[in-house]
Amino acid sequence: MAASPAYGEEKGGSSSLGEPEYGHDPASGGIFSSDYKRHDDLKEMLDSNKDSLKLEAMKRIVAMIARGKNASDLFPAVVKNVACKNIEVKKLVYVYLVRYAEEQQDLALLSISTFQRGLKDPNQLIRASALRVLSSIRVPIIVPIMMLAIKEAASDMSPYVRKTAAHAIPKLYSLDSDQKDQLIEVIEKLLADKTTLVAGSVVMAFEEVCPERIDLIHKNYRKLCNLLIDVEEWGQVVIINMLTRYARTQFLSPNQNESLLEENTEKAFYGSEEEDAKDAKAEAAVLAKCKPYVMDPDHRLLLRNTKPLLQSRNAAVVMAVAQLYFHLAPKAEVGVIAKALVRLLRSHSEVQYVVLQNVATMSIKRRGMFEPYLKSFYIRSTDPTQIKILKLEVLTNLANETNISTILREFQTYIRSMDKDFVAATIQAIGRCATNIGKVRDTCLNGLVQLLSNRDELVVAESVVVIKKLLQMQPAQHSEIIKHMAKLTDNIQVPMARASILWLIGEYCEHVPKIAPDVLRKMAKSFTNEEDIVKLQVINLAAKLYLTNSKQSKLLTQYVLNLAKYDQNYDIRDRARFIRQLIVPTEKSGALNKYAKKLFLAQKPAPILESSFKDRDHFQLGSLSHLLNAKAVGYQELPDWPDEAPDPSVRNVEVPEWTKCTSREKRKEKVEKPFYSDSEGESGPTESADSEPESGSEENGSSSSSGSSSSGTEEEEEEEEEDSEEQSEDKEEEEEEEDIGTKKAKKKAPQGRKGRAETSSEEASTSESSSSVSDSGSEAEAKQRKPPSSKASSKEISLLDLDDFTPPPVQPIPSSSIISTSLVTDLEGLTLTDSSLTPTLLSPAFSAVKTYELLHRMAGEGLAVEYCFSRRPFPGDPHMVAIQIQISNNTDTEVKNLRVNEPKPLSGMRIQEFPEIEHLAPGDTATVLMGIDFCDSTQAANFQLCTHTRQFYVSIQPPVGELMAPVFMSENEFKKEQGKLMGMSEITEKLTLPEKCQSDHTIVQQLTSAANVGRVPCGASNEYRFAAKTVTSGSLVLITLERREGSMAQLTINSEKMVIGTMLVKDIIQALAQ
Amino acid sequence: MIHSLFLINASGDIFLEKHWKSVVSRSVCDYFFEAQERASEAENVPPVIPTPHHYLLSVYRHKIFFVAVIQSEVPPLFVIEFLHRVVDTFQDYFGSTNVGDQLPTGQLSVVPWRRTGVKYTNNEAYFDVIEEIDAIIDKSGSTITAEIQGVIDAYVKLTGMPDLTLSFMNPRLLDDVSFHPCVRFKRWESERILSFIPPDGNFRLLSYHVSAQNLVAIPVYVKHNISFRDSSSLGRFEITMGPKQTMGKTVEGVMVTSQMPKSVLNMTLTPSQGTHVFDPVTKLLSWDVGKINPQKLPSLKGSVSLQAGTSKPDENPTINLQFKIQQLAISGLKVNRLDMYGEKYKPFKGIKYMTKAGKFQVRT
Repeated sequence: MAASPAYGEEKGGSSSLGEPEYGHDPASGGIFSSDYKRHDDLKEMLDSNKDSLKLEAMKRIVAMIARGKNASDLFPAVVKNVACKNIEVKKLVYVYLVRYAEEQQDLALLSISTFQRGLKDPNQLIRASALRVLSSIRVPIIVPIMMLAIKEAASDMSPYVRKTAAHAIPKLYSLDSDQKDQLIEVIEKLLADKTTLVAGSVVMAFEEVCPERIDLIHKNYRKLCNLLIDVEEWGQVVIINMLTRYARTQFLSPNQNESLLEENTEKAFYGSEEEDAKDAKAEAAVLAKCKPYVMDPDHRLLLRNTKPLLQSRNAAVVMAVAQLYFHLAPKAEVGVIAKALVRLLRSHSEVQYVVLQNVATMSIKRRGMFEPYLKSFYIRSTDPTQIKILKLEVLTNLANETNISTILREFQTYIRSMDKDFVAATIQAIGRCATNIGKVRDTCLNGLVQLLSNRDELVVAESVVVIKKLLQMQPAQHSEIIKHMAKLTDNIQVPMARASILWLIGEYCEHVPKIAPDVLRKMAKSFTNEEDIVKLQVINLAAKLYLTNSKQSKLLTQYVLNLAKYDQNYDIRDRARFIRQLIVPTEKSGALNKYAKKLFLAQKPAPILESSFKDRDHFQLGSLSHLLNAKAVGYQELPDWPDEAPDPSVRNVEVPEWTKCTSREKRKEKVEKPFYSDSEGESGPTESADSEPESGSEENGSSSSSGSSSSGTEEEEEEEEEDSEEQSEDKEEEEEEEDIGTKKAKKKAPQGRKGRAETSSEEASTSESSSSVSDSGSEAEAKQRKPPSSKASSKEISLLDLDDFTPPPVQPIPSSSIISTSLVTDLEGLTLTDSSLTPTLLSPAFSAVKTYELLHRMAGEGLAVEYCFSRRPFPGDPHMVAIQIQISNNTDTEVKNLRVNEPKPLSGMRIQEFPEIEHLAPGDTATVLMGIDFCDSTQAANFQLCTHTRQFYVSIQPPVGELMAPVFMSENEFKKEQGKLMGMSEITEKLTLPEKCQSDHTIVQQLTSAANVGRVPCGASNEYRFAAKTVTSGSLVLITLERREGSMAQLTINSEKMVIGTMLVKDIIQALAQ
Repeated sequence: MIHSLFLINASGDIFLEKHWKSVVSRSVCDYFFEAQERASEAENVPPVIPTPHHYLLSVYRHKIFFVAVIQSEVPPLFVIEFLHRVVDTFQDYFGSTNVGDQLPTGQLSVVPWRRTGVKYTNNEAYFDVIEEIDAIIDKSGSTITAEIQGVIDAYVKLTGMPDLTLSFMNPRLLDDVSFHPCVRFKRWESERILSFIPPDGNFRLLSYHVSAQNLVAIPVYVKHNISFRDSSSLGRFEITMGPKQTMGKTVEGVMVTSQMPKSVLNMTLTPSQGTHVFDPVTKLLSWDVGKINPQKLPSLKGSVSLQAGTSKPDENPTINLQFKIQQLAISGLKVNRLDMYGEKYKPFKGIKYMTKAGKFQVRT
């Protein structure tokens, strides 16, 4: 269709450099080459009556085709052999025919009768292959023959032939779309097929021919769900994707009543609308004002039956299930897919590429899901750049206040990468973190400013661009930075960066009134040599300065505008003219002139730095369209959930006559032998007949009804049909059962259910395997908990994350000199200066979180308790020091009711106990947070730690450095505050820095590990400044460390809290001496 | 789904093509070549390339690009996974030479992954438990992230239709698993036993991830001192490595590679053992260390000459490690029993353990 053979040949001949090496091959060369005779040679071989010669010739011909050579002139010679008895020759002839029939339609017709004969062959494999080839020949004349053949094959006894019929459908459809109606009939028939072999192929045909005919799926829905696990891998992908779309049209969103559910879990959980009238319990649901959500059992069936496929070895299957859960599952259940997706990151880089794109989209909507796997997205220097950038995207999406310090520390490493594209992307990522997480904005900004003195110009340029965006959010506080950037115009050459700086200075010229005109002066000088985007910004700057400070800049502006007037670029000439009219008042300039200031100096909204993956989930995940972020040909939209659920009874199945015979036939032939989970499958009976161990395991979980399923137990289905009226009544009960049944499952044996008939799906839902019962049981439990507890559990998750922070034991590096100090200082700002941030948590590189023992394992009789100062504001009370407590149960028994008892605080001291831990299983570890207001004193807080059997007296004594929280301030503020705290409030001590503690990095690390302080930027290179506020009274603590000659240094602490100051001096000196 | 397939070798020749639907001109590959040029490195060619009328999905293996041409929506992983399977099949197939003279009978078998009528005089089943440690170690030697991924590869030559079960002493270690389709999922769910009718020959039975709660033992440590000085065009380079938590086993097959910054001209190094190569073009240093002898730790020391006039590189190179430890599954996973049902003969069974470095990186 697409290419004429001659063209293909030309292409092939000219582009193939390997040509000469094929020269010796008799089969090589095309119709233009002189070796026509060699084809004669092949013809001769084909005409011989020796199969071996024919085979040899066919092999060469097929090899020619594979190399893209034209072999069409051999058509008559080859086609003669279509009737050859030798199956090997025959196969190769078929390959040839499929390739060239389209071009030689008349001759191709000669072969048709052979296939027609093949279609009647007693061997199912021959029948199938005849149909396969027949349907692959793209000759419009034979459409009616193909149609007939497909129809016949669709009723073949052999499932393999029926599968081939399904494969033939899309081929015929693409040849002649007028056949659609007839093909739909065949599809409908094949959809009803109950063998796993056919299922995938027919759904594929359905998707290609009539994806809009969702009604065809209703009756087959439950069967497809149940067969799924035994369908071959590729079929699974197609079916799962189709069922995702189906479910979106037929069921209600499981997350629609989210808020309600949280408030009113219990009622919503039990209640179902229909029950209201009869059931007293349901009265409550009415009170809930809103219609409670009840998941359709069929919806649940789909979720349950796809879940085991997350364990598939096939990445496409795992992805298909993951997208199904993402689009269909209740929020609380989506999490299960994260682990499987993270597993795929171990696969080939192409797989990683696709998976990461999807994870990037998912992580925006459901961040919590991937948070536990944060480290799996850490970047290795050996990753390809495209993978690095995607991982960076995911890391950025996952950043939140809890983990941002860890992430920023990773980013520091990335900035030192040799891969400059990646470094640029990292800087952008830092910018995004800064926008999204207000608390680290200053930290990031500082870090980026430090990067401005980086040696690599690209790094500097990228930083400038990002800083510009960040500054726009709160320009007033950052005139220092703007000044700093103004200086950079002398050095930075990257046009984008220069333009950004100029824009910044123009926009905030009022914050830097002295510098701005000077910058303009310099730029006017170099104007003619600047790039266009820079020129435009120079004009812009000139205009803004003219409006705010016309005295100093009038002449300069005139000069710039004159230069621009004669620029080569007409955009620039145009802009200059426009601006002159706008800002320079003349008689002609009219009304606009008055508003020039408003036009130029209007408040401009800060740019929003957001992920390019935002909202990409309106495309079905895992699809090509999602990956390209553009609708691909043939993409089926993922519909929105309906407001009202369509009638669920459409999925109830009547039993057609022929079901029985196929099923009987199947049992006899044992074509089906499923190996995965089978309790829901039709395979139950076959399976148990075949393999002992499995049926055993199957039964133990799912009791008697497990064997009954769509095809395995037609009798039951027939019953069901008779009882269909009854069924509608039962429906309500069923629904209830679907909800609470899982919970009750253990108590209430399914046999006990009044012996009434059941729909297969319902059975499946109640008669789960043991594991899934417990699964949904716990899920039910989880749902029943009241909203506070669900909140608590989310908190728990974030607390657990703290484990990630507990840094591995830092091994002091013997050779600290190898650290490239320049970069370390470049980057310190990234982590070290922020009031709300927790420098110590950040990094083992800078400081280690010290863990203290609260209760030794021996003293605690197997209960070991450790604590550390999390260095984060204690939620709810800013005057408390947050203490993270980690309790491990090393006993053999469960520890219950773990709580704080009888705190005996000294006067004024307050203790906020952690919520009681109800159970702690043996070997488990729980992490909780408690807050203590130490009243700015280092007195110990005493309390009892109780379990259900024992109580232990424990106490926490804080090091003085933990009684404070970092404060961010500028150099000037620091000096100002320091001036207020002289005399009595100042303590000075001299010290000698040990050899190990000479580098900036180590000093900062040691100091911040000794005290929870924030770094203050400092102009002098031999000085370090830190600031903090005491937690209770908020008194400032200012620390200055000044290095003198040699290893001498002087430590100064300014604080009105003299006691704290004195103790802190001692602690810091000790820390630095280590 | 897949319209056509093109195979492109390292020098950019399309040396094989196959069309399933109509013939797509090989000129469509020009879009691919363009993307390849843009990407500069093979591994950075986007696996999905949209063109005006087609989509090109490709995988890169054995220095060959397998480029599939697609015309309409299809899950990209479907194609990519399929292409990888094609490559796997090629790999298997080119071991033997004959064109199969059989019809695809496997499709009709009771167990589609196993041929019927398999017969051997020696019945044997071998299982290799292979674990890989993926780790990032920071410059101070502390572990940033470390995890263990394992696989069980099997080589099974058993007559008839054997039904095997394999159980572990400590199945709880396995946090996340994925199975060959032959494994009965239900049985695993309920009893943590691998129950399966094996395919004939080589196959991967199971891949697993060891739960993150368990601390990962890091079997080697690397001490490094790599410094570039601003003033001179010389730098120092020194690596020493030693065994750490090896459970008394020998670490062997050790190989160190490191990508040096562009400004490194040459390296003059002396290894205490093994051989090393520095490629001044790719700037790749590799050191084939061999075994680590705890009594005499291997080291590689010397100087680095930098391009004169350029400032010292900002970045320090990352050190990539490979190693092997025989007879050890570092997670502690142990196979408990292997039983066979369904056939009468007594097969020969063997289980081997091995630990390897996966993506093992030391930042400096």
